[in-house]
Amino acid sequence: MLFYSFFKTLVGQPVTVELKNDLAITGVLVSVDQFLNIKLDNIKVVDEERYPHMLAVKNCFIRGSVVRYVQLPAPSVDMALLQDAARRERQQPAAGGRK
Amino acid sequence: MDSFQVFTTSTSLVDSVDKKLLVVLRDGRKLIGILRSFDQFANLVLQDTIERIYVGDTYGDIHRGIFIIRGENVVLLGEIDEDKEDELPLREVPVEEVLQIQREEMEAKVKREKTKHRMLSEQGFSVDTAEFGELY
Repeated sequence: MLFYSFFKTLVGQPVTVELKNDLAITGVLVSVDQFLNIKLDNIKVVDEERYPHMLAVKNCFIRGSVVRYVQLPAPSVDMALLQDAARRERQQPAAGGRK
Repeated sequence: MDSFQVFTTSTSLVDSVDKKLLVVLRDGRKLIGILRSFDQFANLVLQDTIERIYVGDTYGDIHRGIFIIRGENVVLLGEIDEDKEDELPLREVPVEEVLQIQREEMEAKVKREKTKHRMLSEQGFSVDTAEFGELY
């Protein structure tokens, strides 16, 4: 749940999502869910020529299971808060996960 | 939790229903169709689906009909912007051509991978082989 909450604070920010198939997409984070599925708006594919199929696509939904990295703007991340939350999570792991 | 998807901030595909979508699968296939249904696993029902094969600056379409896609195979869903689709710098060609070129590229790739694998093994590296030909 921690990272779900963390990503919720970043809705509206430009992020770059790198997928396990090496495709990297930059876009504005529209929403995220408990599986860390990601929805992006106004996408721009990094290294466009290799992926002509994405030319006509403006927004996309990315399944959480195929994400390798999510690159964030550093000023948007409150590291102290994140570390604090992680520490608290370690002491009291939330009854989280999926059914 | 989140059984009523419309009331949550979760990423719901409900806005994409009845829209023309591009679905990229883990095996590298690109399907274009109208999303009719989905569930929490991102299992999808696509209607009037075409499989579009891209080679260089050309592409070819194969009509596939109705697809039910198991969610684990989905990489991404993209909403197709109809206007942009009309101005694509790509040419449509007969599907047989595209399939032929694709086959040749696949064979060349397999050859390269085999050589790479052999050379790495000789050096003592253990190489991962993709499962089920997962080429993305």
